[in-house]
Amino acid sequence: MKYIDEYRKKDLILAVSEELKRVSKKKITLMEVCGGHTMAIHRFGLHTLLPPSIRLLSGPGCPVCVSSQHFLDTAIAYSKVPGAIITTYGDLIRVPGSVSSLEKEKANGKDIRIVYSVLDSLEIARNNPGRPLFFLGIGFETTAPATAAAIVQAKTDNISNFFVLSAHKVMPPVMKALVDEGVKIDGFIAPGHVTAITGTAIYNDLATVYGLGVVVAGFEPVDMMQAILMLTRQLEAGEPKVEIQYKRIVHHAGNTIAAGFLNRVFEPRDDRWRGLGTIPASGLKIRDEFSAFDAEKTFPLTVPVPTDPKGCICGSILRGLKTPNDCGLFATRCTPSDPVGACMVSGEGTCATYYKYRS
Amino acid sequence: MNPKEEKILLSHGNGGRMMHNLIEDVFLKHFGNNILNEQTDSAILPAEEPYLAFTTDSFVIDPIFFPGGNIGKLSVCGTVNDLAVSGATPRYISVSFIIEEGFPMKDLEIIVTSLAEEARIAQVNIVTGDTKVVNRGKCDKLFINTAGIGMIRSEERMIGKAADIKPGDVIIINGTIGDHGMAVMNAREDFHFKSPVISDCASLNHLIRAVLDATGGVKFMRDPTRGGVATVLNELADKINLGIALNEVDIPVSNGVKAMCEILGFDPLHIANEGKVLIVCGEEESPVILETLKSHPLGNQSVVIGKVVDDHPGKVVLKTETGGRRLVDILTGDPLPRIC
Repeated sequence: MKYIDEYRKKDLILAVSEELKRVSKKKITLMEVCGGHTMAIHRFGLHTLLPPSIRLLSGPGCPVCVSSQHFLDTAIAYSKVPGAIITTYGDLIRVPGSVSSLEKEKANGKDIRIVYSVLDSLEIARNNPGRPLFFLGIGFETTAPATAAAIVQAKTDNISNFFVLSAHKVMPPVMKALVDEGVKIDGFIAPGHVTAITGTAIYNDLATVYGLGVVVAGFEPVDMMQAILMLTRQLEAGEPKVEIQYKRIVHHAGNTIAAGFLNRVFEPRDDRWRGLGTIPASGLKIRDEFSAFDAEKTFPLTVPVPTDPKGCICGSILRGLKTPNDCGLFATRCTPSDPVGACMVSGEGTCATYYKYRS
Repeated sequence: MNPKEEKILLSHGNGGRMMHNLIEDVFLKHFGNNILNEQTDSAILPAEEPYLAFTTDSFVIDPIFFPGGNIGKLSVCGTVNDLAVSGATPRYISVSFIIEEGFPMKDLEIIVTSLAEEARIAQVNIVTGDTKVVNRGKCDKLFINTAGIGMIRSEERMIGKAADIKPGDVIIINGTIGDHGMAVMNAREDFHFKSPVISDCASLNHLIRAVLDATGGVKFMRDPTRGGVATVLNELADKINLGIALNEVDIPVSNGVKAMCEILGFDPLHIANEGKVLIVCGEEESPVILETLKSHPLGNQSVVIGKVVDDHPGKVVLKTETGGRRLVDILTGDPLPRIC
């Protein structure tokens, strides 16, 4: 199939693997930020094709995994607003809050629906004019522009029962925070689809100030292997910089229309990440101009901040300090059918990926 | 089952681990008997020859019309296939309707027409039935239950039980996987994918009869419906306490299904089929089985996708198209689309 088969060619992957073994001299640690990259590495067994000098760490780039338990508790609280309809992207539905999950609340009779696009939520709101609809806005710069576009549309069409509970986040602050906290990495395999929207300028600091290599990568095995080779070459030459491997999708300038929507509707705020705590300017808040569509403004609810579950090391895993195998709960108390931490819930979470592709 | 679950969740009905636990911990606990405990697709009833196979299935699919079929056709195929993969020749079926008040009569006629047409194709007689109408909102449009009885020869009674499987035996499938699940999802969610994905919904009894008449070498058969090929093979590996090794490049997946799965983040091995059968046989029997399958329109893409091995007992391992290896797990919860 076009755009798939040519990026999964075995001989090409093995050729890059051989080249990596030839080029790689220094011990380096690379972090793949995006959950989609973690999936690709394990689905195709790419870690087994790297020389021992190259170590991969999984980063905090799964939007479901980094959504705080407090956000889930808040979402569940909104489902109890009289007449409420909750719409959400699918894999959030099983994430445990402190006492329940959206899936369990759905069985309790709450109106919780899975949508594939935020625009479907807008349609549902239009068809249920008397009922407040709360869309759970999660995801990074990839999904935030669509939420922004829906809010703009709701304003244009005067839809007064459409509200967004925003847990949208942005990538660069958390990448910097990890390095500031002392996670030892030499380079980032940067998220392809986030960068397709933002462009590459957001990473310039990482290369110039922090001295880290950054290569924006696609999600197929050849993409990933090529990106690792590009990073290895940079680091071997001692010339860390920002490069694009995923050229068929990503341009240095990004998608200015989508980014324009994002900036028009959202502004940065400090935000809470599961396991990582509060990171300055890492979240997206709806601007005052659009506050009529902001659930937090129109239906303010106070939900207590829960403590993280005992024994769960999602925080250290999201920081790249530990792997799921280091966790006492992994594959015993915590499994995809009965998850404790968020990393086990999403199909792209590090723990779920390790569980699914354990061999 | 997780003792914390106080209510039925949708995940309890999807053919994966939670449904498996529900059956073990609730139904078998109270209903268990020698026939039911075999957990085969049809019960083989103790009687004089010809032996009887008996099965039942309920159909609550949404939407009731989808590319490649509708709930009526499906309700025949599902029961016919459960009998056929048990080695039986399906003969009689019952059909019960639970209809929501206000359901359009013309839709009912379309559904009943295709149900009757499929029964003719499968050569089964509809011999009894029931109709209930419930208040609006008490069911979703239309539910159908069918039960079926088939005749089974003495020597074919063991097929559903996977009794004689050995390392080296091969696993065959009669064509592409994932078509039904993706066709239904595409119809339900209105994704507007351009390439048409059509349900494989079909009665397999004639195809299977041809295979059983051609050779006595079939050791096991199962139709990989909900939970997909991954779930059937995991249950099999668990039952026989041997490993199963699959080869990704050999597993047929249509481009439409492949593309939808890529976009939504699904594994085709977890997606439902309604016109596929997995057959396990000795390697020496595989040429005649493949030849028989391929000479039938429902089997012309038949292929060996893997084999039974000594390694990793109880587990299914896939050799990926890029040369890596990974575990193929039973489906947990509903397959949920990824966010980005």
